[in-house]
Amino acid sequence: MAGRPAPKKGANKAASPAQTNNNKRKSNPSKEPSSKKAKVAPVAAKGGKKSAKAAAPQDDSEDDESWAYGAVSGSDDSEIEEMDDEFVSAEEGSDIEVGALNDDFLGDEFAESDEESKGPGAAMFGSDDEDEEGQGEEEDEEDIFASNSEDDSDEDDMEAKSRKLDAAAQAEAEEAEAEMQTNIMLESDKYVLPGDDHEILQSTDLQVVQARIQEIVRVLNNFRDMREGNRSRNDYISQLLKDLCLYYGYNEYLMEKLFYIFPVSEAIEFFEANEVPRPVTIRTNTLKTRRRELAQSLINRGVNLDPVGKWSKVGLQVFDSPVPIGATPEYLAGHYMLQAASSFLPVMALAPQEHERVLDMASAPGGKSTYIAALLKNTGMVFANDANKDRTKSLVANIHRLGVKNAVVCNYDGREFPGVIGGFDRVLLDAPCSGTGVISKDASVKTNKSEQDFQMLSQLQKQLILAAIDSVDAGSKTGGYIVYSTCSVTVDENEDVVNYALKKRPNVKLVSTGLDFGKEGFTRFREKVFHPSISLTRRYYPHMHNMDGFYVAKFKKVSNKIPKKEDNVDLDEEEEFTPIVEEATKRNRGGKKSPGAAAKAVEEVEQIGFNANEDEELIRASQAKLLQTQKGIKLRPKKSA
Amino acid sequence: MRPLTELETKTFFEKLAKYIGRNITHLIDRGDETYCFRLHRDRVYYVSESVMRKATSVGRDQLISLGICFGKFTKTGKFRMHVTCLEYIAQYAKHKVWIKPNGEMPFLYGNHVVKAHIGRVTEDTPEHQGVIVYSMTDVPLGFGVTARSTSDTRKMEPTAIVVFHQADIGEYLRQEDTLF
Repeated sequence: MAGRPAPKKGANKAASPAQTNNNKRKSNPSKEPSSKKAKVAPVAAKGGKKSAKAAAPQDDSEDDESWAYGAVSGSDDSEIEEMDDEFVSAEEGSDIEVGALNDDFLGDEFAESDEESKGPGAAMFGSDDEDEEGQGEEEDEEDIFASNSEDDSDEDDMEAKSRKLDAAAQAEAEEAEAEMQTNIMLESDKYVLPGDDHEILQSTDLQVVQARIQEIVRVLNNFRDMREGNRSRNDYISQLLKDLCLYYGYNEYLMEKLFYIFPVSEAIEFFEANEVPRPVTIRTNTLKTRRRELAQSLINRGVNLDPVGKWSKVGLQVFDSPVPIGATPEYLAGHYMLQAASSFLPVMALAPQEHERVLDMASAPGGKSTYIAALLKNTGMVFANDANKDRTKSLVANIHRLGVKNAVVCNYDGREFPGVIGGFDRVLLDAPCSGTGVISKDASVKTNKSEQDFQMLSQLQKQLILAAIDSVDAGSKTGGYIVYSTCSVTVDENEDVVNYALKKRPNVKLVSTGLDFGKEGFTRFREKVFHPSISLTRRYYPHMHNMDGFYVAKFKKVSNKIPKKEDNVDLDEEEEFTPIVEEATKRNRGGKKSPGAAAKAVEEVEQIGFNANEDEELIRASQAKLLQTQKGIKLRPKKSA
Repeated sequence: MRPLTELETKTFFEKLAKYIGRNITHLIDRGDETYCFRLHRDRVYYVSESVMRKATSVGRDQLISLGICFGKFTKTGKFRMHVTCLEYIAQYAKHKVWIKPNGEMPFLYGNHVVKAHIGRVTEDTPEHQGVIVYSMTDVPLGFGVTARSTSDTRKMEPTAIVVFHQADIGEYLRQEDTLF
């Protein structure tokens, strides 16, 4: 059809006006009562104008839309054929017309849809009999009726026309309705991402932001179907990150770090879980009492509690308590320790055996150390170390309160081990971390952690884990294990550190933590690929396990000798770490050994023509002048004088 | 960290004997392991010899505590017992006082024990005798010194003080900063 000669259209048009008017008159009697006319007219008028607009391009561009004329003009020979053609074309036409309308309409589509109830045909014709119709409308009608200008029989013509118009109008109405629906769909299904100029939106209230978060998450979860146009995933994610930062109050760096750990909707769950406090859990001190007895005596005080889960025989979960749970006589007598459920895990993974010597490298406030001592049943010994002297106070207090008799508390930087003492059967390293797993406890993490903090922490953790590994005696009959844990969920502080340890110390291997729940550690994360055995490590999430975010890895030390190749790596590492120092020393050396060179330099400077002393005087004088001109400033010369 | 001098040992044992009498020997001659008293920064620690030997590798400045702290020497050379030794002295105590549940909290807040709160008392407790204070459920709560002998106590008013407060386990919270 597109190929049909368009020029004929002009001729058709030229011939049409008279006929059109006739048609109108004829069609009028079959029209509805006049009472409705008034109502319908304005609407139709609108529609007419719109279609006029839509039709306008037809005249000029002579493209596909000239189908009607083409079809008719080309098929003079047979009426039936023509009729068929017309019907087909009518349907097609309605499609196109509506399509064109849609472009213009948008605002008026609701008005248009009203026609549906009043009868599509009526609406169409309603505009015809009005004399005060605009020119556009005439044109419109022309366009519609022009297709029939060459018909032989008026009756057939009318029938065909009315049918065609009916079909067109109905299709249009349907389309309008469909469009209404798609509009609803658009609003709900295809979330339209706000443009770049949405800075104003940023400041809107949290409900809007939350709604937006939900929408974007929905889109991201079914990105192929739901995305809008050709917006990239990054567009959505960057907007989502911004919203999440605003809604949950994280800084952007941390948000990005945490966001990529999880699938999108899980990430939201994680952030949501961070807003809710974890249940209070206590650990029975088996050195002094048993869980059932403790539960009994606490219940007598009106505390509502339950065992924490099948995985622990000593944990109790406290739902509510009429007395402060951290100050009951039982607590003071050391029958239990207030301890997060997650911090049971590393000790359970460590599984210390009686008569072993165990080191807890970063132990304050002693929850894990005392648990270790309890598992040792006060045999063997526990070295509880903490780098912070102030925190050792609470550590000592807890150790005494819980009746741990075999503990030595010391205040070293963990990295000094095994220099202080080595040869331990087991070492627990609950490394200092960013605390991204315990945001529900300490929300300040959300904002106060920067990239530098993370770098510093993971650096420290790497050094500590090597120290921990070196402190263990691989020849221990019962032990030779190291447990590394953090209360953080970021990969930098967990898998990355463990991977580093595996690389630097080939004499250790990862073993199963012995914990039967928790998510496996990542063997690959974004651009990083880790050792496959890292899947033996365990991750714990607040939204999944209802405990703090946690990470546990358990190593077994195979031999005390670090393989030869390792030494080289160590050297490399030192080289890696030292260059700055070296440079600095070089510089110092340079400065020390070459006063002559310095003098030379001064000479050179003088040659160029600068006299530092002179300059200094000049500068000082001008500064003094400047200061004198300003009010309220006492001159320095007075002070110095 | 060093062993106690003779004078220190004397002062310390005198104090200790007020609570456990001759049972001190049980602390020194133990069946299972050899234990010893060690002085570190004015504080006396009771610790098994094996642990003590390992602890010698820790520097003096870095060593915070080992074993169980029994108390500390004051600047005037007297010995002051800390609540941390409660577990041991409760084990060997000769004279005991049990207090009723309504007297527990007042005692744990550092108050003396009044007669009304007394549940049970060891018979024949003399005046100014060191006693261990228990709750009625046999949980040691602290220790003190009797104000009167058991027989005198009978005639006293309910509000009169029977045991002077020396130490209680509430100090773990109240005096965490100064105790250790």
